[in-house]
Amino acid sequence: MRHTLAVLVENNPGVLARVAGLFSRRGYNIDSLAVGRTDNPAISRMTIVVEGDDRVLEQVTKQLHKLIDVIKISDITADEYVDRELVLIKVNAEPEKRGEIMQIADIFRARIVDLGRRTMILECTGNEGKIKAFEESLKPYGIKELVRTGKIAMLRGSRYTNINSNGSKEDD
Amino acid sequence: MKITAAQALVRCLELEKVDIVFGYPGGAMLPVYDALYHSSIKHVLVRHEQGAVHAADGYARATGKVGVCMATSGPGATNLVTGIANAYMDSVPLVVFTGQVPTSQVGTDAFQEVDITGITIPITKHNYLVKDPAALPQIIKNAFHIASTGRPGPVLIDLPKDVAGEMIDFYYPETVRLRGYKPTYRGHHNKIIEAAELINRSQRPVIYAGGGIINSGASEELLELAELISAPVTNTFMGLSSFPGDHPLFLGMLGLHGTRYANLAVTECDLLIALGARFDDRVTGKLAKFAPHAAVIHVDIDPAEIGKNVPVHVPIVGDVKLVLRALLPLLKKTDRSPWLDRIRELRELFPLRYNREDGLKPQYIIEELYRHTGGLATIATDVGQHQMWVAQYYRFKRPRGLISSGGLGTMGFGLPAAVGAQLGLPGQQVILVTGDGSFQMTMQELATVREQDLPIKIFMLNNQSLGMVRQLQEYYCEGRYMAVDFKFHPDFITLARAYDIKGYTIQTEEEARQVIPEVLTEPGPVLVNCLVSPQEKVLPMVPSGCGIDETFES
Ligand SMILES: Cc1ncc(C[n+]2csc(CCOP(=O)(O)OP(=O)(O)O)c2C)c(N)n1
Ligand SMILES: [Mg+2]
Repeated sequence: MRHTLAVLVENNPGVLARVAGLFSRRGYNIDSLAVGRTDNPAISRMTIVVEGDDRVLEQVTKQLHKLIDVIKISDITADEYVDRELVLIKVNAEPEKRGEIMQIADIFRARIVDLGRRTMILECTGNEGKIKAFEESLKPYGIKELVRTGKIAMLRGSRYTNINSNGSKEDD
Repeated sequence: MKITAAQALVRCLELEKVDIVFGYPGGAMLPVYDALYHSSIKHVLVRHEQGAVHAADGYARATGKVGVCMATSGPGATNLVTGIANAYMDSVPLVVFTGQVPTSQVGTDAFQEVDITGITIPITKHNYLVKDPAALPQIIKNAFHIASTGRPGPVLIDLPKDVAGEMIDFYYPETVRLRGYKPTYRGHHNKIIEAAELINRSQRPVIYAGGGIINSGASEELLELAELISAPVTNTFMGLSSFPGDHPLFLGMLGLHGTRYANLAVTECDLLIALGARFDDRVTGKLAKFAPHAAVIHVDIDPAEIGKNVPVHVPIVGDVKLVLRALLPLLKKTDRSPWLDRIRELRELFPLRYNREDGLKPQYIIEELYRHTGGLATIATDVGQHQMWVAQYYRFKRPRGLISSGGLGTMGFGLPAAVGAQLGLPGQQVILVTGDGSFQMTMQELATVREQDLPIKIFMLNNQSLGMVRQLQEYYCEGRYMAVDFKFHPDFITLARAYDIKGYTIQTEEEARQVIPEVLTEPGPVLVNCLVSPQEKVLPMVPSGCGIDETFES
């Protein structure tokens, strides 16, 4: 089963190496990892999607906790949350195909962010399913390049994951 | 007051009450060594950086204090790596300083540059690369705290040379600043109650006690527990010396080379009380056959150890001493004589034994050492058969009596660790039991022994071979001995003499009986070259891939 972890870490150099190294060293599989700083510049937040059964997840969480730079871990898999990824796709777009591609973009509420002589770059955000469907729809035109951010996630409603909240279950 | 960061470093060590550091200098460490020049801290110059870190480790194990060592950048730092990993595996508190090339050169493959913080991520509890000189005191404060609290471990601080030379306003913080680090010390109350109920109901409990007992200083509580509930106690290798080796409830070590009665007691028990132990593969053998009839209570300060290898019925995260203190009042004194009778029977059926015929047996030497020291000496060992014989035949009666590399199994640990232990325990009997292979890995530290005038007694069980590997080749490679028999040895007595250290060679029981007590009372260091047979094997033994109930003896 895939789990989504929200991990708050000290914004120290090397923290990504510590976390990534821990996963590879202990043989855990990361599906995706996205990191960026939070509203507090001293703290970064990682969203880690990891594959494994409950036992593996328990070990992942406990081992992550042992890293001094890890402040807090919330497994939000079972909670209501919003998750998003952003993808940029550069696709072949000969002038006669552009109309079709723009229609597809419309359907996915994607944006055209660059228009070259023979290519376009489209930007799309959404959850994994949507991103995948978007990619599939563009494949027939020939994808030249694709880059995605990895998933970020946030709990819905008034619950939140920050260093003051208690196991992400506060306020509810 | 403005001082350099290097001077601040030394001030911090003084304020942490560090009285000894082990190290080896170099260009990148010039500022730090210059600051040490003016300090009352004793610096012990080893002969190889591996010696510095093992000595700091031996010092820490012997005293319970944080061991401190330092080395220069590049090769100095990489020479520490084995020792850092060794301390990490055995949860030994160390603070390790390395010099680094100046900040402007970091990342340029500069002369003697190596990314030691990157290299040591997986083998330190935490590490720091110091970029801001003003942050150094707080980093050192944090490092000592991290190293010595929770599950102890090594912390490394990498200090670029230019940073070391910068002036800062010195002040040593009183508190640590670590929001991501809060070890749990007190066990969960409800879990402790559950544990008490399980124990009170159990008919055949076994206490399985590891190094956590020593780290938390819980030997008295362990003894009280065992006697109160009439439960036999088995130690992991790391747990040895936490329970009196001559106590009627003591089963000796369990696992791969454990006693057969310890392994069978674990196999038959209905409750396994795991205290500060981690169900290591050398202990459990085949997991499915480990304590198959038992409910498991597991107390450990490291939550990640609980449930890692075996399912646990009552997990208790906490300091084992505090947990036992909370647990003891909830326990009923229970008569478990049928179980103790069974234990006695196992002990009589399968005693620990060896054949004393033909020649001087290594086990005999250990027994003699035990006899003459009453189990009270501090015994450092290396890694191999001799180490297992110490574990089996020396009955430790004092916590921290054994200084040995358990988790990493580092040959070469013994001599430098004994140096550290002896410096930490001046006036006390420190004995090194080493092997002819291991000894030659770090024997350059004989110079340190002499220079520091340490009265360490070195017993080298010389079987002319890498006995432990030889034994494996006998069993698993049908006796094809490959690269395990030494065809040349130096004359160890002359070697010792070259270091101005006395040497003896013994090869009969008679000589052992005569020489051992004499050596033990010598005022200075002595090397005893004990000629023993390469044929001797460490037994009992659990064959690879088997359950611990399948121990064999010959
Ligand atoms: C640094 C290192 N290299 C290799 C080994 C593998 N090894 C384990 S025991 C052993 C033999 C040790 O020989 P010796 O010190 O003579 O002890 P003995 O087993 O003969 O008592 C070896 C090579 C090790 N544990 N550590
Ligand atoms: Mg040998």
